[in-house]
Amino acid sequence: MPETVIHVEGLGKRYRVGERERYLALRDVMARALTALFPREPRLPRDYLWALRDVSFDIPQGEVVGLIGRNGAGKTTLLKLLSRITRPTAGFAEVHGRVGSLLEVGTGFHPELTGRENIYLSGAILGMSKREIDQKQDAIVDFSGVERYLDTPLKHFSTGMQMRLAFAVAAHLEPEILLVDEVLAVGDLEFQKKCLGKMQEVSKSGRTIVFVSHQMNQIRRLCERVFWIDAGQIREQGPTGQVIAAYENALMSGAEQGRNLAGAPVFLGWELAGGGTILRDGLNQVTLHFMVSPNEDVRRGHFGLHIYNDSSVLVASWGFEEVSLERGTQQLRVTLPYLPLRPGSYSILCSMFNGGNNLTGGRLLEVWNAVPFLAVDTLPRSHQQDRWAGVFDIPAELSVASGGESRKEAREQHA
Amino acid sequence: MSGATAMVEPAAGANAPTMRIAPPGRWWALPLGEMWSYRELLYFFVWRDIKIRYKQTAIGAAWAVLQPFLTMLVFSLFGKLAHISSEGLAYPIFYYSALLPWMYFAGALQNSTNSIVENQRLITKVYFPRLALPLSSVLSGLVDFAFSFLMFVAMMVYYGIRPTASALWLPAFLVLAILTALGMGLWLSAMNAIYRDVRYAVPFLVQFWMFASPLAYPSSLVPERWRWLYGLNPMAGVIEGFRWSLTGHGDPPGRLMLVSVSVVFVMLITGVAYFQKMESTVADVV
Repeated sequence: MPETVIHVEGLGKRYRVGERERYLALRDVMARALTALFPREPRLPRDYLWALRDVSFDIPQGEVVGLIGRNGAGKTTLLKLLSRITRPTAGFAEVHGRVGSLLEVGTGFHPELTGRENIYLSGAILGMSKREIDQKQDAIVDFSGVERYLDTPLKHFSTGMQMRLAFAVAAHLEPEILLVDEVLAVGDLEFQKKCLGKMQEVSKSGRTIVFVSHQMNQIRRLCERVFWIDAGQIREQGPTGQVIAAYENALMSGAEQGRNLAGAPVFLGWELAGGGTILRDGLNQVTLHFMVSPNEDVRRGHFGLHIYNDSSVLVASWGFEEVSLERGTQQLRVTLPYLPLRPGSYSILCSMFNGGNNLTGGRLLEVWNAVPFLAVDTLPRSHQQDRWAGVFDIPAELSVASGGESRKEAREQHA
Repeated sequence: MSGATAMVEPAAGANAPTMRIAPPGRWWALPLGEMWSYRELLYFFVWRDIKIRYKQTAIGAAWAVLQPFLTMLVFSLFGKLAHISSEGLAYPIFYYSALLPWMYFAGALQNSTNSIVENQRLITKVYFPRLALPLSSVLSGLVDFAFSFLMFVAMMVYYGIRPTASALWLPAFLVLAILTALGMGLWLSAMNAIYRDVRYAVPFLVQFWMFASPLAYPSSLVPERWRWLYGLNPMAGVIEGFRWSLTGHGDPPGRLMLVSVSVVFVMLITGVAYFQKMESTVADVV
């Protein structure tokens, strides 16, 4: 029976509202605006929010555990508590062994320093000793494939190259316990595979990994056990397949609720033209209805509509400009001639700006993760093998023109 | 029992410690052991600060010499015009020996104040003892100090001043300057993480502090009866100490030093305590 390396009992983290992380893209802007606006809020009880509450579990040594759940469910908070970045409000955790955390790609990178210097800096910040980095330097450089630019300042690297270098450093981190937040979501596919492979290697050497991802295929590939975290609590835990199935079912049935507020709330809900959120025919006209209720008049506004698949890949996206809306409840209709998506679950992200768009100085009213998700329930028409199936579901027919005929035609033309 | 099981754990390379993660307690402890285990990271932070400071500057480390040197020239000019007593020292020596610790202190104070805020990305993404940040900014200033000190050596040669046995005390005064900057830096960096106003207040603080230090004038200007009170400003002790130990001129700053050392001690202890209180929530606030 392997020894328990992470023991968590009644762990909880309470944030004062306004301290908590916002929606990803807005996080930096919002955090700054909020701290500037509310330096010290009077402490009212309703200003508190439990990001994580009464969580208990044990992880034996060598296990790879996946954390799944919606944005803001508390997955990252759990990782931050286990890695000591932030302190819990209640309960405790006992962690046995050296912990390495990977919550971001390129932690500690500095643009003015060269690639080589950054390997050392980032390595040291992630917890490697100088000797360890000395030893692994060649392997890191090899893995990254940016050897030629190693003595150039990082600011001259392309984003892709920076990512590669950052991953290479991270991949060579070998603590006894590795906490990984959705970092494999970026970078090109080939490199992602390489990193995933490296992580599998690490897990086989008996190290414990706690892994957050929205990409179920990654979770399936890496994890033996999965915790589904919902609203700050473990909703279900168990074998990977079972928990993922339960999670995806809940997504489909719309049991997941929640929204990301930015400024004034706008979005109330959505459905397909015929009612419901299950698309049964993607090859003919599809109409989406969005119920909106801005509490101010929108002039020269921007309505952004983005569809992501379950691997967080943006598969379709539209930006409607010069949108005018009166305050009060009304309906937005988006009509598409067809929406040939592969069967599966899709998340829809909506944004509403007033007075321009994100680039022209518009003010963000709301970013909304549409609930429920869009379920596409059509006949699978693409490649039978998942990994070759792509994102679209377009019917295709193959016919073989008789070789004799075409040759005859060709010959006739020559004659 | 737990010790025995720890030893059979294969993946644990070193003696893997059990770490308890719990809500911040009421009491704090000096995290000396932890700082020691993170000494390499501290080294890398210092190394980063120094590297970045001189990258993309045309004359690089020459700035470390130019700043105190030019300031010294201006001070000397005004000192001469205003007939300020330099206690028998040449004006350039009198001023430069004071500017040495002062320039270091002012720089270290500003850098350490900003250290937490400037590394907020890092703080929210990875754990390390946060103390390493103000500590590294205080330490990295020593490189500039070394360069400007070389200039002073050249000036000593030029003015034909021979170092006396009092010069052996110099490291002690330097340590006092470092600790003053650190004690103050701990307070200010922690406050700056919560109230960004601090960042703007520090330049003023440094300016006022300069007038309260025997930089442009000798501390003999302060009546003997109040001299010990003057020591409440630890930089007064440091500057007097530098002048005395470098030139061998005058008396060692005795009683003044005693007060200064006590003040620094209190500043450090309270600074660490305040810093640690802030540390437990900084990743949520910063």
